[in-house]
This record gives sequence, C-alpha cells and structure tokens, in this order.
Amino acid sequence: MDVLGLSRLQFAVTSMFHFIFVPLTLGLSILTAYMESRYVSTNDQLYLKMTKFWGKLFLINFALGIVTGITMEFQFGMNWAEYSKYVGDIFGAPLAIEATVAFFLESTFIGIWIFGWKKISKKAHAVSIWLVAIATNLSALWILLANGWMQNPVGFVLRNNRAEMVDFTAMLTNPYGWLKFTHTVLSGYVIAAFFVMGISAYHLLRKNNLDFFRKSFRAAATFGLVSSILIFLVGDFHAREVARTQPTKFAAMESVWESTKEAPYSFLILPDAANERNSVEAIQIPRMLSFLAFGEGQAEIKGLKAYPKELRPPVSPTFWSFRGMAALGILFLLLTVIAFIKSRGNSIETSTGFLRLMLYALPLPYIAGQLGWIVAEVGRQPWIVYGVLKTSDAVSKAISPANVMVSLAGFTLVYGFLAVVDIYLLSHYAKKGPDSDLSTLINPVAGQEV
Amino acid sequence: MEFQIIWFILWGVLWAVYFMLDGFDFGAGILSAFLPRSESDKRKILRAIGPVWNGNEVWLITAGGATFAAFPTTYALMFSYLYTALLLVLFALIFRGVSLEFRGIMDNEGWRKKWDIAIFLGSFLPALLFGVAFGNIFQGLPMDISGYHGSLLMLLNPYGLLTGVLFVLLFVEHGSLFIAVKTDGELSERAGRLSGGLWFALLAVAVAFLVHTYFATALYTNYLNNPVLFAVPVLAVLSLLGIKVFAAMGQHLKAFYASCATILLVTFTGVIGLFPNLIPSNLDRNYSLTIFNSSSSIYTLRIMTVVALVFVPVVIAYQIWTYRVFRQKTTADDVSGKETY
Repeated sequence: MDVLGLSRLQFAVTSMFHFIFVPLTLGLSILTAYMESRYVSTNDQLYLKMTKFWGKLFLINFALGIVTGITMEFQFGMNWAEYSKYVGDIFGAPLAIEATVAFFLESTFIGIWIFGWKKISKKAHAVSIWLVAIATNLSALWILLANGWMQNPVGFVLRNNRAEMVDFTAMLTNPYGWLKFTHTVLSGYVIAAFFVMGISAYHLLRKNNLDFFRKSFRAAATFGLVSSILIFLVGDFHAREVARTQPTKFAAMESVWESTKEAPYSFLILPDAANERNSVEAIQIPRMLSFLAFGEGQAEIKGLKAYPKELRPPVSPTFWSFRGMAALGILFLLLTVIAFIKSRGNSIETSTGFLRLMLYALPLPYIAGQLGWIVAEVGRQPWIVYGVLKTSDAVSKAISPANVMVSLAGFTLVYGFLAVVDIYLLSHYAKKGPDSDLSTLINPVAGQEV
Repeated sequence: MEFQIIWFILWGVLWAVYFMLDGFDFGAGILSAFLPRSESDKRKILRAIGPVWNGNEVWLITAGGATFAAFPTTYALMFSYLYTALLLVLFALIFRGVSLEFRGIMDNEGWRKKWDIAIFLGSFLPALLFGVAFGNIFQGLPMDISGYHGSLLMLLNPYGLLTGVLFVLLFVEHGSLFIAVKTDGELSERAGRLSGGLWFALLAVAVAFLVHTYFATALYTNYLNNPVLFAVPVLAVLSLLGIKVFAAMGQHLKAFYASCATILLVTFTGVIGLFPNLIPSNLDRNYSLTIFNSSSSIYTLRIMTVVALVFVPVVIAYQIWTYRVFRQKTTADDVSGKETY
C-alpha cells in the first residue's frame, strides 16, 4: 500500500478507536452529574453511591478518550500535511478554540472532581462534574463544526494557493456542523444509556443491590428514550441536509443510480456496484425517497450515474452502514420505550427476558455510532473537503510508506493493548458492583493502606 | 503590532507555560522511579501531580492547536518532517496519561510495578524528546525546495542531545522542588537535598548549552543586533542562581518559583533567538519557515487573537484556583483512600 492508503487506514483505526471512548464520556458525564446533583439536593446516600460507581466507570473510560484524542490533533500535521497547509487557515481555528475553550475546562475540573471531594463544598464538587460534562460536549461542538466544514465547506475563498476564511460566522452557524454535532452527541447519550441499562440489567438479573440498579436503570431509560426520539428527528434533518449539500453521498446512502423524479423508497435493496444498478428493489413506498430528501414527493433525486465514476463514493460500505445505523436507531427507539415503561414500576427485576436482551444490547449503540462515521467519512470520498480538496491531494509528501507502516503497527499494538486493559477494567468494576470500597475506587492514586 | 508578531509571542508563551507546568509532572514522574522508599512515598508523589497534570498537558494541545491555526504551514511541515520523533512523544504521553490513571486502580503489586515503568518512561521520553526537538529547531532543519532531508538519527546530534539533557535536568530539578514543597517529612527532605545536588549538574549543562548555542546556532544574532534583549538570558541565569539561594535557605516554595521563572526564561531565550523564524532552514535561508511566510490570513489571526484574549485569562484564573484548592501538602489521608465522603 502507498502512503495515501496507509495513512487512510491509520486515520480510520485511530479515529474509530478514539470514538469507542468519546461517546460514552459525552453521555455518562451527564448521568454522573445528574446523580451527584440528586445527592446534593436530597442527601440520599444511595445517590452518592451511584455517583461513585458510575463515576468510576466514567473515569476508566475518560482516560482513554483523552489520550487517544491527542493523536487526532497530531495526525493532521503528521499524515495530512498538504491538507493542513491548504485548509489550516480555516480548519485550525476550531481545533485551537476547542483546546482553549473546552479541553482546558474539562481537564482541569476532572482533576478537581477526582481529588477534590473534601477540599471544596459538596455543591462546588457537583458543579465541577457538571463543568466536565458541559466541556466534553462543548469540545464535541468545536470538533464537529470542524468536521461539518469538511462536509459542507462555507465562508471561505480560494486564494494564495489555499482556502482562506472570510466568514467565521458562516462556519459557526454551518447547519451541517450543528446537525452533525447534535446527531453525534445524541448518539453518545444513547450509548451511555444502554451502557448503564446493560450493566444494571446484569446486576438486576442477579438480584444484586436492587434499589441501586433499579434507580440507575430508570434514570438511564428516561435519558435513553429522550435521546432516541431526538436522534431520530435530528437524523431526519441531517439526511435532508446531506441530500441538499452532498448529493453523491446521499445517492450512495440510498443506492440511487439513475436520476429519478418522484423517487420511491425501497425497504429492500441489494446494490450491485459493479454493474451500476441494484439487483433487487422491493417493498416500495411511492415518492417516499423524494419526500424524505426534499420534503416533496415530486422532487428529483440525482443518481450516481449523473456523476463521473471518479467522483462517486464507494457505494456498498456507505449504503450498508447507513441501513445498519438506521435499523439500529429504530431498534433503540423500541427498546427504550419498553425500558422506560418497565422501569416505571418497582419490579423490573422480574422481566428477566427483557433484562437479558438489554444486557446483550449494550454494544449495539457503539456499532451504530461507528457505522454512522463510516457513512459520514466514506460517503464523502473522494473528497477530504467536499468539492474543494481530494483526499489523494491531502496526504503528506515528506513521509514514506515505511514511516506509516511503523506508526500504523505501533498504533494498532498500543491501542489494541489499551483496549484489552480498558475492557478488562470496565468489566471487572462493572461486575463488582457498588459494594466494594468506593472511596478507594474513585481516586486512582490511593489504594489499600500501606 | 502585526498579528503575526502577536501570535509568535503567544506561541512562545504557550510552549513556555507548558514546559513550566508539565515540566514538574515530568520531573516528578521521573523521580517516582528513584526517590520513594515505600509505596506510601510513591503515592504521595503521584498524588501531588494527580489533580493537575491533566490540565497542564492541555497547554501542549493548545500550543499544537495554536500552531495549526496561526501558522498552518509550519504545523504541517514540522509535524510531517518530525514524524517518527513525534510518534514517540505521542506514545510516551499516551502511556503516561493511562498509567497515572490506571496504576492505582487494581490493588495488586505486580499491576502497579508494570505501570510504574510506564510512568517513568512516559515522563522521561517526552522531556528528552522535546529538548531534542527544540535543539534541532534552534539549529535549523535541513530543508530546501525539494523538502526535508533529515532523519530520526540525524536529530540525535550533539547539540540536540545536549538540549535534551538540559530539558531533562531542568524538569527533574523542577520536579524535585515540587515534591519538596508538596510532601512533608523525610520524603520532602530527600527531595530538597536531591535538588541541591542536581542543581550543580543543571548549572554545568546550562553553561555548556549557552556556549554551544553560540557555535551551533544563529540564536545570538538577534541579541547582538539588539543587546537589550540580553536581559532575558541574564534573568534566566539569575533565576537559576535564585533556585540555589532559596533552596540553601530551606525555602523550597520560593526555590520552586525561581525554577518556574528559569523554565519560562530559558524557553523565551530560545524563542527570541528564533524570531522571525519558527523553523530555520540550515541549508538555505530562503526556505526557513517564518511567522510571515507560514501564517494564516490576517482575518483568521484577528479572530484567534480575540478568542485567546478572552479565554486564556479565564483558563489561567481557574487553573490558579485549582492550585489553591490543592495547595496543602499531600498527607497520608490523601493516599489512603479516605479522600471521599
């Protein structure tokens, strides 16, 4: 493989790995902050216990989200130097603002939260985890405005052999960026909700700490239901924005080859990319696709054949990832509705079948999130900045395939090792439950007395 | 003032503050392999940096982000030219971060021992490599019209290594003073004594560095053209002497502040010498990356200036507050797990 292929593979590996940890952080920080606020307002020790138990799992996960994030910032320069030169005038700003406005806040107050229990008031301590939660989400906003700009570049002109920013507000208010942000953080909330429900289900099935896990499950079910509904709505808006701004991506997502007016929606499609057609198109609703894309049944959907082959994204991965993500989204909606209803009563532990289902459903939102990113990034190809710069023109000139092979192998080994440690620690403490000594659990420096 | 110059100063400030803050984390991390005589000692050292290292590291992220936003061409070329060196820094920082969080998670001697190695290497390697990188930037990189002609091994030249050793010694001195301030009893005394001995090594290397700089780099040109600038390196040397004076009087906190000043001033000594270059070329001056030929547009620089002027003071304010919250010495209670209510 050449530098381009290797660098793309490395970016895929490192960003997908990063995105295993970040979305849980986005949602679990909010749930932990909610629990601590409940403790502060009710003084109920159960909520303190919940804060510590879920907070511990949050911290294990948080550490890896942070360290894998540093890689992302370095990589643009290391592997994508031509990209960084060409669009740095615009793309660098949100990254620098993210560090200044959000990352500092998050990293400073996480230290306060971990070590500050007896140093500041209870209220101030709860405020510090809220600040972490807000900062984490704010961080996502700046990163996704940056990604939104790559998807739908706005507010720039091409001059001095590069793209230069002329309208910062346009980037700040880019609808694509905001849809991306809301869609992504909501997916993080769904992941966190299923994480908490899944682990709670594990303990409820064993009748451990019933009250503790009933309350945890209930809080997560509510959070998950609201997030699943919202993500559905946002997903719909997001798809329309894609149809408007990235017609090639939209055509690949729906596997539309021929430009069609009054395009129907087919529940069953089998794309046949080699022959530029679909081998199966069945169970159709007339005009539905046109309506979904543009809000009117008459609208024309541009097919992939309207574009030269070299400007089309790979159809199969984009199409299947999109279908998979959407199907999972519907499943999450169904599951959270049931979870919400069942968790209202005080006897969720008797629904063993459903609890087992929720335990095994824990990884599904993670998969949906990864599929979503495949749609977003693979569907944007061959562009790195849609319509402005091709991925093949963005890669560094100063590095050799050997350089990238070494780094790719290094990342795979290091990240693989970290993933094993992380999963081991998370499952160890998740299974252990809240009965172990939680004081030593929260502080990574402390331990048994010596 | 031109926006490029404002951002050059900010760029220097970000690196200087980063080295001043993460410097004692690195120093403490290196010393955590040698200084402790018990598990309790070790935990006290790690507990001293525990609440703050994360926030300190963000100064690096911000320095990187600011380089990207303000000088994208420098960011692009520096990061791709120094690919493998940066990769090593990255892995080291990843392991340091993870090991500080994961070391105490399992109550198991073997588990801790493994992460201890990562804490040491994750602190020592970045300290050394940042020094090597800046030493090479001070000398200039071999770059011309056809790109970069260096390699990882070429970075390990005498001057680069000397700067690396200087950084390691600066940070270990800094870290030992930090430990002396933040712990009590016998551990604090030993850290204080160690800083006293290390200081002579630091002085010797600092003198060697200042002399070698004259022969290996063009950093002094700006100073000779504008002698008033010599105030910065002179103050750096005075701060360095101040460390010894305060430490000898047993005033470790003041000695630590003197060490902070030393690191800030040493960084600025280098940065001033670089101006207006960010990375000089040692093959052909026309291919040096300067703040003018590698900067963003004035429009972008103006926006970033507003962001920095509004938010950096806020960051400084809440970070100072954090240091105040954790101003007390680390106690046995802090490391016994009775820290939470």
